[in-house]
Amino acid sequence: MSELKCKLLIIGAGPGGYVCAIRAGQLGVETIIVDSQAPGGTCLNVGCIPSKALIHAADQFHEIASAASGPLGISVGAPSIDLATTIAWKDGIVKRLNDGVSGLMKKAKVKHISGDARFLDGKTVTVQTSDGEQRIRAENVVIATGSSPTELPFLPFGDDILSSTEALSLQEVPKSMVVVGGGYIGLEIGTAFAKLGAKVTVVEATGQILPQYDSALSKPVSKRLQQLGIDVQLNTKASGFHKGKLQTDQGDIPADKVLVAVGRRPRTDSVGIDELMLSMDDAFIQINKSCQTSMRGIYAIGDVTGEPMLAHRAMAQGEMVAEIVAGHDLSWDKRCIPAVCFTDPEIVTCGVLPHELKGAKVSEFPFAANGRAMTTEREDGFIRIVARPEDDAVMGIQAVGVGVSELSATFALAIEMGATLQDIGATIHAHPTQSEGFQEAALRALGKALHI
Amino acid sequence: MGIYTIRLPDVGEGIAEAELVEWHVSVGDTVNEDDVVAAVMTDKAAVEVPSSVTGTVSWLGGAIGDLIPVGEKLIQLTVEGEGNDTEVGIKAASQNAGSVTETKPKPAEAKEQSQRSTISDKPVPVEQTNPAASESFSHKPERAAAQPRAKGTKPLAAPSVRARAKEEGIDLRNVPGSGPAGRINHQDLSNFIEEGGANSVQPSSSKKNTKVKDVKVIGMRRKIAEKMALSKSRIPHITIVEEVDMTELEELRTALNKKHAGERTKLTLLPFLMRAIVEAVREQPELNARYDDEAGVVHQHGAVNIGIATQTENGLNVTVVHHAEAENLWDNATKVSQLADAARDGTIKLENLTGGTITITSLGKLGAIATTPIINHPEVAIVGINKMQIRPMWDGQQFQPCKMMNISCSFDHRVVDGWDAAVFVQKLKTLLESPAMLFVEG
Repeated sequence: MSELKCKLLIIGAGPGGYVCAIRAGQLGVETIIVDSQAPGGTCLNVGCIPSKALIHAADQFHEIASAASGPLGISVGAPSIDLATTIAWKDGIVKRLNDGVSGLMKKAKVKHISGDARFLDGKTVTVQTSDGEQRIRAENVVIATGSSPTELPFLPFGDDILSSTEALSLQEVPKSMVVVGGGYIGLEIGTAFAKLGAKVTVVEATGQILPQYDSALSKPVSKRLQQLGIDVQLNTKASGFHKGKLQTDQGDIPADKVLVAVGRRPRTDSVGIDELMLSMDDAFIQINKSCQTSMRGIYAIGDVTGEPMLAHRAMAQGEMVAEIVAGHDLSWDKRCIPAVCFTDPEIVTCGVLPHELKGAKVSEFPFAANGRAMTTEREDGFIRIVARPEDDAVMGIQAVGVGVSELSATFALAIEMGATLQDIGATIHAHPTQSEGFQEAALRALGKALHI
Repeated sequence: MGIYTIRLPDVGEGIAEAELVEWHVSVGDTVNEDDVVAAVMTDKAAVEVPSSVTGTVSWLGGAIGDLIPVGEKLIQLTVEGEGNDTEVGIKAASQNAGSVTETKPKPAEAKEQSQRSTISDKPVPVEQTNPAASESFSHKPERAAAQPRAKGTKPLAAPSVRARAKEEGIDLRNVPGSGPAGRINHQDLSNFIEEGGANSVQPSSSKKNTKVKDVKVIGMRRKIAEKMALSKSRIPHITIVEEVDMTELEELRTALNKKHAGERTKLTLLPFLMRAIVEAVREQPELNARYDDEAGVVHQHGAVNIGIATQTENGLNVTVVHHAEAENLWDNATKVSQLADAARDGTIKLENLTGGTITITSLGKLGAIATTPIINHPEVAIVGINKMQIRPMWDGQQFQPCKMMNISCSFDHRVVDGWDAAVFVQKLKTLLESPAMLFVEG
């Protein structure tokens, strides 16, 4: 068995790991990255990208299917979809991105080893590769093992009980699907299948869908779910699946497929991380502001370090850790991490929610008063700004509406740059766009709204 | 009402100019006769200039650090009656600008002048009458008032500003922001760094301190600097370190102090060492000398004028005990102590700072194991004494606890050979180890 040595070893080639590797390589740090999957992690292979592809296909299908009943005067025949083709198209995109990431890492002179890594000690890892066992000794190790879907003991994954991974690779649209969990993953995928023609029921144990958001933000989504014929059963607890029926405390629900989307848990056990005796925050690895764990020379980034489990958070952490390993003095000082929920309509949150800031100055601008929104047949939703009462500094921005995911950039920029309501109100926003609502919300908070 | 001008008095023989080191008054102050108005520094001594009249200060003739020629106008007062001058200082100064350029700050120097005033924390009143200096203040850009920030909130600043603050080791919570909502921009950060704010932040933490404090080397410090540079650059030093068993001498010293407790000056080591030097140079007069290297002459002195390096608030002073060879232990002890006091309170006379032929330097309890003393130019030898401590010494049979002290002596190797230097050091050792020999006429 040979032994490799390097300055930086990254376990996990997801968004956090591969970004860390590329930047470390660019900085001249000798880097090895290990993953058994194709590079890109959950996000690229079985998460963000595949789900967005499926959502796009579902949207297209649904638009066409509902065009005839719309106000635009379009008449089409009933469309049909071959989901296997859709999934193949999605796989092609994933493959392209896998190759892209591989190419970028190669360009940065990062060595990629395919296999399952396991810690021997804090500096040594063995990898089970197709050629046998490879031992790697590293000065610094980054744990970027990510997370996996949480399994419910009474609904073990397999056959008709799906995790998000399997749901994104179905070869045909099921007639009926029950989504256990009313969080964003369940709603994104559930909505897509509903648009593709499945009878979708969402079972949520609590009294609200999208529990991390306030009801103002989730309300347009609830309304749309209803329009799409999705049955949302709140305060309902699933207890098992038997003979095509999901059993709940409120009665049985027939289902060809059950999607369990009740959250994700950090992946620490299979890698031997548990044996390192690192300090933990519940199931997550505890890190400091520089992503260092309790063991010197071991860093952790991404989902394995806790909420929010977002690819772009992991990427920013990975980039920072690479700089730190290269000798630069950095620490985490981000003001906000934007989060996008690709439901219908989309939800963007950035910074604090109204109830999180005492005495907050809160201002909303509804898309019902926005010309561009009207021209796309979708006037639901709004943009909301949360400002500090004493000096109008913008602390939080949220929006719900079709296409608002692209506004996340301007929201995050405003907060990172320390913008005030006046700054946003005094910036010219292009007409006619949904973004005008951002300026209007700021002006409204200042008592100077023009279009409402 | 009239104008009374006080000129820089003759502060010592052969002295043509003196450096202004302190103003005791500023324009507008009322001064009584005999009040000290200024202090100037000559070759070694600080001299205070008193007022000969009662009046109100109307003009100051220079800034701290200026060299003022003897006889030049130093200060003007408005007095009752006629006064002694008709020309107002500013006019006089400008008329004399050709000859007294150094006494008035040129516009180009004005900025430096204002910085100097902030360093010394003392008003430099001349700036109030100097239009150039006040102009330099108006060049400063107007700065928006910083807004206070609520406790516990994160400072508003763009990522690039935060990154720079991190790099500079500055906690942005301490930086006043001039933007809306107290937002901190790059200029705010620059101002904070410029004003030394970086230093006030968490002094205990190991962050980068990029602060530079400019301290003007003036007055005594400049004299010391010049003297040290002269000595160390001109003189090839040879330093010999030897250890001396002080047990017997310490016993004698204790006994003498006990015997004359309360009556006579308490004896320190210094008078004994002076005595030993007097004895040693009797045999080696070439070491009790001043070397005029430009003329190529070594003046071997009969008088043993021993310089004693004395630490004062303003820096190192070398007081000189003249004719140590003619005084007894107690007289020398008294003189050393009197001169040290005078040096510390600034009343020492020039003659007690000059004319040395050999010097002793001691750091007392801080004396370390060895030092490499710098010769007091143009002398040719210096005797440094180090810390005394009990050390085990082998007496041939066993270790004995002995009060040991090292002496570090430097010599001008141009005129003193190593051999002679070693002989001198051995002589000192012998004399100090057998103190009886100190008092036996050689």
